[in-house]
Amino acid sequence: MIGIPLFLDIALIWGPAIASILLSLTNWNGIGGITGKNLIGLRNYQDLFSGTYPFFWPAVAHNLIWLGFLMFVATPLGILMAVLLDREIRGSRFYQTVFYIPVVLSLAVIGIIWQLQYSVDNGLIDNALRGVGVANPPDWFGDPSLNLWAALVAASWRHVGYIMILYLAGLKSVDPAIREAARVDGASERQVFVHVVFPAMQPINVVIVVITAIEALRAFDIAYIINGGRNGLELLSTLITSSMLSEASRVGFGSAIAVVLLVISLVPIVIFLGRMMREEPR
Amino acid sequence: MTATAHPTSITGRARRIRMRRVLLYGFLTLMAVAWLVPLLWAIYTALRPYAETQAKGYVSLPTTLSIDNFVNAWSTGNFPQFYLNSLIVTIPAVIITLTIASMVAFGVSKFSWRFNILVLILFTAGNLLPQQVIIVPLYRLYLALPLPRLVSDNGLFYDQYFGIAVIHIAFQMGFCIFVLSNYMKTLSPELTEAALVDGASVVRIWWSIILPLCRPALAALATLEFTFIYNDFFWALILMKTGLKRPITSALQNLQGQFYTDTNMLAAGAMLAAIPTILVFIALQRHFISGLTLGATKG
Repeated sequence: MIGIPLFLDIALIWGPAIASILLSLTNWNGIGGITGKNLIGLRNYQDLFSGTYPFFWPAVAHNLIWLGFLMFVATPLGILMAVLLDREIRGSRFYQTVFYIPVVLSLAVIGIIWQLQYSVDNGLIDNALRGVGVANPPDWFGDPSLNLWAALVAASWRHVGYIMILYLAGLKSVDPAIREAARVDGASERQVFVHVVFPAMQPINVVIVVITAIEALRAFDIAYIINGGRNGLELLSTLITSSMLSEASRVGFGSAIAVVLLVISLVPIVIFLGRMMREEPR
Repeated sequence: MTATAHPTSITGRARRIRMRRVLLYGFLTLMAVAWLVPLLWAIYTALRPYAETQAKGYVSLPTTLSIDNFVNAWSTGNFPQFYLNSLIVTIPAVIITLTIASMVAFGVSKFSWRFNILVLILFTAGNLLPQQVIIVPLYRLYLALPLPRLVSDNGLFYDQYFGIAVIHIAFQMGFCIFVLSNYMKTLSPELTEAALVDGASVVRIWWSIILPLCRPALAALATLEFTFIYNDFFWALILMKTGLKRPITSALQNLQGQFYTDTNMLAAGAMLAAIPTILVFIALQRHFISGLTLGATKG
């Protein structure tokens, strides 16, 4: 009952994860077998870290910006929406529904929807800007100093609703009595949230931070659909992909980038698992 | 909830409360408009003839609105084929993922905690890895692994519906096992013990006791997994070479190139690709949300 699924998991997920580490120590180009001659030690990593390969550090920076933006802009906004909509106000359902629509859409569709907003000639934003007299509106997806931020707006369009849903569920699980008690003691709504509700939400707060981190490391689809993840939109995930799809397939080198992404990803994963184990009754 | 019943007694406070209401609704409405505009704009663009938007500009009032772009995208973009591809991959993948996950989740509960947690960690962590971490060796594996001709026309995992479905199953089952094992912990253990005493086999208990009790969680997961797998862009992008065999989400990449010069048709194509998930959104919203929150708030 457990054997076959476990085999599948190890063969297709963990096996390749470990194989990435081994391949990263070679200069294999995917043609022919791997022999002792292909072993080059840590050369791939030296090429990455020393900047010989010029896209690595920009990609790391872009992933960090992606993480920072989601963590400090989109996630707090999602939490704010959840807190505002967790009350019995008229239209709460309607507002929730609106923020939740993008969550069901695929990131590829979201990428195209935002292309329709950002396009210089045919998009909503630049046509509107020209309408109010801006002569040369920006090329949002084409300008390498802007496109990361434009992509982050698109990613946040989905992320805010996602966090809102999770946080709303968490808020429902907070005992209403402790809120009521704080309110009776004369705490303002903000004080109730900051001093009572937020601390009581500790477990879900951790989950949300972990989910945000994992989403940021997984970022791929939007950047790839915009321009293949180039020209200012390099991410670790798109570098791995283009190292595979390019003519001169550099298997070892692509694997080294994958290992870097693996090591970074293990941080939020371990935090998440640690929490899972702590809650397990012994 | 707040004291709006006697506004005359403490007018200052009442005014402040009213001010805050206005601010709250103002903010919420502003946000809602900002959230709706991109989608409405995409639909609006899709409904307008290309010639008209070229003549009048995209930000203009419509003379004609029609579904012509949808019809054209449907036929020139091979949409029936792409939808079919999505179905061939998604439906079996969802069913098998849930079957396997419910078996494993039930199975681990029968073993010691130490083993149990190790298995759960393997599955759960596997699901949290970025897909790109494993893709390089996985691609090589798919090129090397033989598959019977019955399910593969080239004898490989690579470039096959079967191969795409299998990686979805392997990747998604971690999440489902995690959710279901948490859910099963809330079930009373007496039920299965009584059945064991009566001599029922483990498989029988799983099928006729556990699965019916897990129906709410299974419905939520089925909805969520359908959306996840249908929406996936990456696996088929790399592991399915033949463009016409790609599921619709990955095929958007090609359609984007094909409709490059016709923004209106691209908008229609993207909306067509979104329709199944929008239907899920309308019909199964409750299950979708409970699926997401089951994963995050439990465990």
